[in-house]
Amino acid sequence: MPARGRRSDDNPLPEVPTLSESKVLTMREAVSRFVRDGDTVVLEGFTHLIPFAAGHEIIRQRRRDLALVRLTPDLLMDQMVAAGTARKLVFGWLGNPGVGSLHAVRRAVERSYPGPLEIEEYSHFGLLCRYKAAASGLPFFPLRGYRGTDLPRANANLKQVACPFTGETLDAVSALHPDVTIVNAQRADAGGNTQIWGLVGAQREAAFAARRVIVVVEEVVPEDVVRADPNRTQIPSVVVDAVVEEPWSAHPSFVQGYYDRDNAAYLAWDRITRDPAELERYLDEWVHGLPDRSAYLARLGEATRDRLRPGPRLAGPVDYGDYR
Amino acid sequence: MTSGAGAPTRAEIMVFAACREVRDGDCVFVGVGLPNLAVQLALRLHAPRCHLIYESGVFGARPVRLPISIGDPCLVSGAAQVLPMAETFLYFLQGGRTDLGFLGAAQIDRYGNLNTTVVGRDYDHPKVRLPGAGGAPDIALNARRTVVIARQDRRKFVERLDFRTTVGWAEGGTSREAMGAPGGGPARVITDLGVYGFDADTREMTLESVHPGVTLEQVREATGWDLRVASPLGATEIPDEAMLRLLREELDPDRIYLKG
Repeated sequence: MPARGRRSDDNPLPEVPTLSESKVLTMREAVSRFVRDGDTVVLEGFTHLIPFAAGHEIIRQRRRDLALVRLTPDLLMDQMVAAGTARKLVFGWLGNPGVGSLHAVRRAVERSYPGPLEIEEYSHFGLLCRYKAAASGLPFFPLRGYRGTDLPRANANLKQVACPFTGETLDAVSALHPDVTIVNAQRADAGGNTQIWGLVGAQREAAFAARRVIVVVEEVVPEDVVRADPNRTQIPSVVVDAVVEEPWSAHPSFVQGYYDRDNAAYLAWDRITRDPAELERYLDEWVHGLPDRSAYLARLGEATRDRLRPGPRLAGPVDYGDYR
Repeated sequence: MTSGAGAPTRAEIMVFAACREVRDGDCVFVGVGLPNLAVQLALRLHAPRCHLIYESGVFGARPVRLPISIGDPCLVSGAAQVLPMAETFLYFLQGGRTDLGFLGAAQIDRYGNLNTTVVGRDYDHPKVRLPGAGGAPDIALNARRTVVIARQDRRKFVERLDFRTTVGWAEGGTSREAMGAPGGGPARVITDLGVYGFDADTREMTLESVHPGVTLEQVREATGWDLRVASPLGATEIPDEAMLRLLREELDPDRIYLKG
């Protein structure tokens, strides 16, 4: 395993034996082994860390009849719907943020083009509570969220429950247990202990809720790098089935400290998504026509990557203490 | 760079009106679009101690560039706290820690109820599929005050919503309190034509001021119901030259939010 941790060697840590076995797979292996036709698949990451490379591999492997779940379906879901992977979309907010609509999703919902797409919608809070219930081993989660709205009229899965203590009528959503959750992160060790900084979205809840979990990271690091900073670990090895190391796998979304959001790509999508033929060409060029993410990166080019690299803004170190 | 001189645009007037709704020390739930700019202006003018909360999971954001979305990485660098989205909703909204929330809408009715779900009455076969709820229902339900920002025309300002995504003053009067909504309800609506409040008893939207160059007839023309108008009708306060310079040259030099 390559030693690519960012820890300074001025102050060496005590030796820690590597406890977990390696779950490192290629993206092709991970998707082929853990994503099946008909699965309920959560792809999380709120603006930050969107699993584009994993989604593209699912398209390439021609998975079908998936129920795709995501708080904010954006470009990736538009692509996955256009590519015919989905029978259903479960979501909270649907759009290309600040730019416009997801026209492939809209064509499917408004005109059943090229086929129908079942939708099931929540507020962000409602869908977050579904992950939280499943992650916590509860059958449902109570919230105040839908009173006074028409949302229960659109979704029979939004119900009400009386508080046994106060009698207040609360809203309730059911636990959502994904067959597989896929999340991106900055780094993980080979066993799957996964560290995220910046927006952490719903990654932890969605991972604990799932039957199978794939994490896709910018870097696989030695286990002692993770153990040196355990507060940063969002997802523990015990819930992870596969670790995939693919730099730039969240492009055109961003990875805090590694690369910025490629806003030009989000703007360009508005033209592509309006025309089914144009969208087909995009999928041919950027997904079906490429074997993997490194080919995508070569096509993207070094100049684009240079444009998106941020300057440094380091956190100060903290002292966890050495308690021998 | 050109000087800030010149009359303010409608977008600049809207940003300034929204900025004036922020009070110093407020916990502000910032929404997509113009509010991003309004809170930056408020921080520079009268509310340097307001706390910016983003539903992406950021408390106390201090972005050094203009955020392009509510999940921009510049919101994280230098923030006071980053937390899971679920906790942002659970603790800051449902837990009652939000003073002011900004909302947008595709349709609004006279009681400030909002639609961002579908255009057309048949949910299963919508004329237009809109983005959906996102964080709006919980901001509207829980914030102590909400401010809606929208461009105004008859398709947006409707007698009856096609779908109620987000509750305002419900059916007016005491109906919002009766349903047990914890927050304080809509306080203002800011459009490209004027600024509205809500009547203290009936909770009906009331035009309080029109922007420079806008007539009452124009506003009535752009409203799908018989509009209630304050007497006397005021003139919307406009940003002065220094504020315009700040907006145009420092806060939004690329006109990300100020276009149009």
